[in-house]
Amino acid sequence: MSKLLKAAQAGTVESSDILIRLIPGDAGSGIQVELVSPTMQQYGKHINNLITTTLVSLGIDDVQVNATDRGALDCTIKARVITALQRAGE
Amino acid sequence: MKNSIGREIPEFIPGLGKVTGFGGAFARKPVGRTAGAALSTCLPRADKLLASIETAIDAVGLKDGMTISFHHHFRNGDRILNRVVEAIAKKGIRDITLSPSSLNTVNDALIPYIEQGVITAIETSGARGKMGRFLTEGHLKKPLHIRSHGGRAQAIESGAIHIDVAFLGAPACDRYGNINGIQGQSACGSLGYAIQDAAYADQVVAITDNLMPHPLFPISIPQTQVDYIVVVDSIGDPAGIASGALRYTKDPKELLIAKYAADVMDYSGYLQQDFSMQLGSGGASMAVGRFIKTKMLERGITGSFGVGGMTGVFAEMMEEGLFKMMFDVQSFDIPAIDSIKKNSNHLEMSASYYANPHNSGAIVNNLDAVILSATEVDVDFNVNVITDSNGVIMGASGGHCDTAAGAKLTIVVAPLLRGRLPMVKDAVQTVVTPGETVDAIVTERGIAINPKRLDIIDNLKNSGLPIMSIHELKDIAYKLCGKPEAIQLSDEIVGVVEYRDGTIIDVIRRPIF
Repeated sequence: MSKLLKAAQAGTVESSDILIRLIPGDAGSGIQVELVSPTMQQYGKHINNLITTTLVSLGIDDVQVNATDRGALDCTIKARVITALQRAGE
Repeated sequence: MKNSIGREIPEFIPGLGKVTGFGGAFARKPVGRTAGAALSTCLPRADKLLASIETAIDAVGLKDGMTISFHHHFRNGDRILNRVVEAIAKKGIRDITLSPSSLNTVNDALIPYIEQGVITAIETSGARGKMGRFLTEGHLKKPLHIRSHGGRAQAIESGAIHIDVAFLGAPACDRYGNINGIQGQSACGSLGYAIQDAAYADQVVAITDNLMPHPLFPISIPQTQVDYIVVVDSIGDPAGIASGALRYTKDPKELLIAKYAADVMDYSGYLQQDFSMQLGSGGASMAVGRFIKTKMLERGITGSFGVGGMTGVFAEMMEEGLFKMMFDVQSFDIPAIDSIKKNSNHLEMSASYYANPHNSGAIVNNLDAVILSATEVDVDFNVNVITDSNGVIMGASGGHCDTAAGAKLTIVVAPLLRGRLPMVKDAVQTVVTPGETVDAIVTERGIAINPKRLDIIDNLKNSGLPIMSIHELKDIAYKLCGKPEAIQLSDEIVGVVEYRDGTIIDVIRRPIF
C-alpha cells in the first residue's frame, strides 16, 4: 500500500493510548504530523519521528497525521499507526 | 553554589535574600532561643467577640507588609482563607505574606489577589491546580517558599516565620476563645497545624460557626492565646472537609506495589511486636496497611503507635487492638474524625510534636517505618513530590522529608511509569526529600535498596522479591519509554524548597512552556 483511499483512525484518548487519525494528502505534500502530547518536551520529537518512519516503512509518501497522545509507549504508537493505515486502505 | 546534593542554589535569591544551602539531613545544629508572641492582656469581663471579619482586621491593626497564617484542616471545604483575604483586599491593604499550613484547589480563588498585589509572598507546603501553574509561571512577587510540616513548625518556633495575625477556623469555640476541632457542623478532627500558629502569632483571631458556652471541653487551643472571636454562618463545607471513609485502592498495580512494600518491611526486620509506622495517604502507600494487617494477624503481633495524617483505616486497626495509640496531626476522613472524638488513645498532636527537627524530639524520630508516595525518584534516591515532569508545581511537601529523616525504615512507593514518563530517573526535577534519608524504592517492576543500607540488603537476600540496583530499575523504565529529553528552564526562580532544618535543598526554575 502506498496511498490512502480515505481518512481513518485508530486508538483512543484513554491514558497510555494514542489516537491516530490519517487523512490522505495531495501528491507531493509529504508526511505532515500534528502531535498533541503531555510529554511533548520529553518525547515530542521522538514520537513525531516514530510516526513518520513507521509510515515511510509502509511505503506512504503523502499523508496528514493528527495524533492525540495520552502517554503511549512506542509499541502502542506503532500499532495504532499501522491499524489506522489498514483502515484507510481498501 | 552547589549544595551537598549537587543542586545549584544561588547564594542570594531575589525576594528572599541570602540563603543557606542544604548540607546534609542532620548537618545543621540549631542555635539561639525560640521566638515568641507579643505580650498581651485581656482585662476581666472584657468581651472577645467581634461583629465581623472586617471588624477583626481593624481590631488587630492589620497593615501592609504583615504576615497572616491559616491552617488547612478544612482542605477543599475551607471557607476562611479566601474570605479573609477578600476582606483584606477590600480594605486596600497590600503586600501581605500568606503563611497557611497548606493550600488546596479551593484556594485557586486567591489568584486575583496575587495579581493585584494584595498577596506578594506565600510560604506554605505546596500548591496544586491552577494556583500551582500560576505560581510556576512566576506571577507572585517573591518565590513560593515551600516548607515541610516539620519545617514550618521549626520556622515558626525559631522566628524564621513571624506571624502577625493567625486567623484560625474553629469548629468549636467558646466565648472566651477555647477551641477544639471535633464538635460542630464543621468538625475536622485534629487541629495539629494550628497549634504553633496560635502559640506564636502576635494576635489570634478565631473564626467559628459554632460558638459554645464557656468553658468548652475538650480544649485543643487555649483561651490564653486567642485575642478575638468572630462568628460566621459557615467556616467550612463538610463535603469538602472530609470524604467518607477512605478505602483501599482496587488498582492491581498499586496493590502489587503495596504488597511488595509490606514484604520489604517484613523481611527488613521492622515488623516486630510493638513496632510503629506511618502510612502516606496515596493509593499504594495507604494500601500497605491492608497487607501489614494480614501479617500482624497471622503472626499474632500488635503495634505500638501510628503517626500522621490519620485515616479511618488506621483507626479501625487501633479499635481492633492492633495498635495502642495514634498521634494525629490531621484527620483525613470522617471515620478518623469520629475516632479522635471518641477514642482517648487517638491523640491530637501539634506539627512541632509531629515533625520539628529543632525541638527535643519529634515523634517521627520514634517511627520504625514510614511508607511514602512520590512523584518521581532518582538514582541517588532523591524524591520529588512537588513538581510534575514538566516542572509545574502540583503537590505539597507535607511531612515527606520529616518522616523520611525520622523513621528507621523509609520506603518510597511509586509506579515505574506514569503514562510514558519514567518515575525513576537520572535526576528528579525537584528534590524535596534527600536520598540519604530514603532506604527503599518500591515499584511494580522492581525494588531498589539504598546501597548504604547493607543490613536491609542482607535481610532481603532470600525474600524472593525482585530486588535490583536503582540503576537497573531506571534502565527498565528507560528501555520501555526511552530516555526523556530534559525540559527547558529559564533562570528565573519561582519557588524554593526549604529542608526541614531551614536550609535550601532545591529551587524551582520557571519552565519555558
